[in-house]
Amino acid sequence: MKWPGTGWLRVGPALPEPVSPGDPLTEAAGLHVRLGSRAVLSGVDVAARAGEVLALVGPNGAGKSTLLAALAADLPAAEGVVRVHGRPAGDWSAPALALRRAVLPQSAALSFPFPVEEVVRMGRAPWAGTERAAEDDAAVAEAMAATEVTAFADRPFPALSGGERARVALARVLAQRTRLLLLDEPTAALDLRHQELVLRICRERARAGDAVVVVLHDLGLAAAYADRVAILRAGRVVADGPPGEVFTAGRLTDVYAQPVEVFPHPRTGAVLVAPRRDA
Amino acid sequence: MTLLDRTDGTGESGGPDGSAGAPRKDGAPREDAAPQTRHRTGRLLIAGLVVALLVLVPVAAGVGAYSVPTTDVLASVAHRAGLGGAALDRVPESVLWNVRFPRIVLALLVGASLGCAGALMQGVFGNPLAEPGVIGVSSGAAVGAVAAISLGLNFLGTWTVPALAFVSGLATVLLVYVMSRSGGRTEVVTLILTGIAVNAFAGALIGLFLFLADTAAVNQITFWQLGSLSQATWPKVLAVLPCAAVGLIAAPFHARRLDLLALGERPARHLGVDVERLRIVLVLVIALLTAAAVSVSGVIGFVGLVVPHLLRMTAGPRHRFLVPGSALGGALVLLAGDLTARTVAVPAELPLGVLTALLGSPFFFWLLRRTRRKQGGWA
Repeated sequence: MKWPGTGWLRVGPALPEPVSPGDPLTEAAGLHVRLGSRAVLSGVDVAARAGEVLALVGPNGAGKSTLLAALAADLPAAEGVVRVHGRPAGDWSAPALALRRAVLPQSAALSFPFPVEEVVRMGRAPWAGTERAAEDDAAVAEAMAATEVTAFADRPFPALSGGERARVALARVLAQRTRLLLLDEPTAALDLRHQELVLRICRERARAGDAVVVVLHDLGLAAAYADRVAILRAGRVVADGPPGEVFTAGRLTDVYAQPVEVFPHPRTGAVLVAPRRDA
Repeated sequence: MTLLDRTDGTGESGGPDGSAGAPRKDGAPREDAAPQTRHRTGRLLIAGLVVALLVLVPVAAGVGAYSVPTTDVLASVAHRAGLGGAALDRVPESVLWNVRFPRIVLALLVGASLGCAGALMQGVFGNPLAEPGVIGVSSGAAVGAVAAISLGLNFLGTWTVPALAFVSGLATVLLVYVMSRSGGRTEVVTLILTGIAVNAFAGALIGLFLFLADTAAVNQITFWQLGSLSQATWPKVLAVLPCAAVGLIAAPFHARRLDLLALGERPARHLGVDVERLRIVLVLVIALLTAAAVSVSGVIGFVGLVVPHLLRMTAGPRHRFLVPGSALGGALVLLAGDLTARTVAVPAELPLGVLTALLGSPFFFWLLRRTRRKQGGWA
């Protein structure tokens, strides 16, 4: 049945511009952000480029989530600028932004018991009224298959476990099919297998030409899957580069105030990070 | 199907449909039944409500102190609509068209407004316990009406009370909204707490006006506060009609965005919803609907709470179904309630507001307890 609300974007918004590999899809330049009177970010320069996974790491309270929110055009800059798809964040309307970036919040909440599939389908709302609304069914099915939530598509969201909810929330974000993905701790509630699954999805999306920004606590995951890592401490970026270069024992020990060792995997040579537990 | 009952934390998915180890890479549309079934339930429910209304309206028109057979009611309606039928004798014709029908139309409008406003409010606040009275519309409207009665204001004739009630109700909502905003956003808790404060203040003002009023006015105010449709006339119907119609027509256009709002404000914004504007528009629509209803019929509580809830439990929380469904359901409940109120204690008439509160507040208690149990206490 077609309710009047079905055509809720009466004038279909303009489709996003094509993206070339290496384009910065979101970038902060000299960014300062204040929450209340507290300076949370001070002079941050960072860019997420099409075709790469950028991991934001750092100790609790370093400003990772704030930076992610700023890159998502959620927070105003006190100084400096955030550009999303080349334009200052404040110049975009909410509907236009929704076609260009998708955001996974740290915790997935839902006020009413919508079934899982309808939650995922909410990710398609921005495309209503555009020609790409034709992809809706395929995008929803693909996102649910990729995050392995198809099996409980009909269950109400509040009846799921924490990890299942996190994957459903991710499926909603993937179904939005934007070129820029901003994920705040997507692995926090997940078991080992699903952590790997989620970061493999990130890698695939980057390989397909999207820009993925992901906040991670697990440095091993960051080392294994990110093209670039930005290490934050107290609102500043202290290092930004490929994990093999920026993950040094000295720097991580300093940033986390905890002895850390970095060593190659005995079989693959990949970077491994572990806290030192000598005693 | 009681969706809400299944929302208790079930912990890890233990069922046979648990996810682990069952990856499905096909990505093909599933041959599931449930969402389709649920959509069909919604459609059936809407159709059922419409049919129930079509049956109940002629029945209600016939029943009362002066009984008119349902066939005569239909004949008279058909006659007036120019579709054959025949005019009745002078007395039944007058009873039907001057007493019963204005009352029925008023019940439908007020009920639809209350039900729809309840569904919208629960959506805006993301809280199934929200009720139109919570943000202060009801008591705000009551202040205007009580002021008009106790001060003997009469500058708009019989419309003075409804008009003042509407103005003060709308002003109250706007006040609550402005006071509960900070930093360009509205936090739900702040909004509801502000609503409580405003409700208390409005209660004090009503008490003050009662103190100033003479005995006749006190009686009138008391009766108005109980909530009743017994004073229904066509001019009153016309007084409510514009507000109710605008609100009822505007509401469904926001249904899909209300669904997205269930994710939270930020995620809704990430999906392209201009949350602040949506809130302002919906608060205005809610104010329009509730104030219009309250201004003519006093405080009729719990319709806006119970109706959306029952519908959500049967057909799911999609607002594209819930908003129009709650309007129809509210109309049906109020029509049935009014029929009961004026027939159960003939020749006396039970105040409608008393009846709805009598049935509605136990429901509210039950809802409170269940919500609390589910959350493991209030945060």
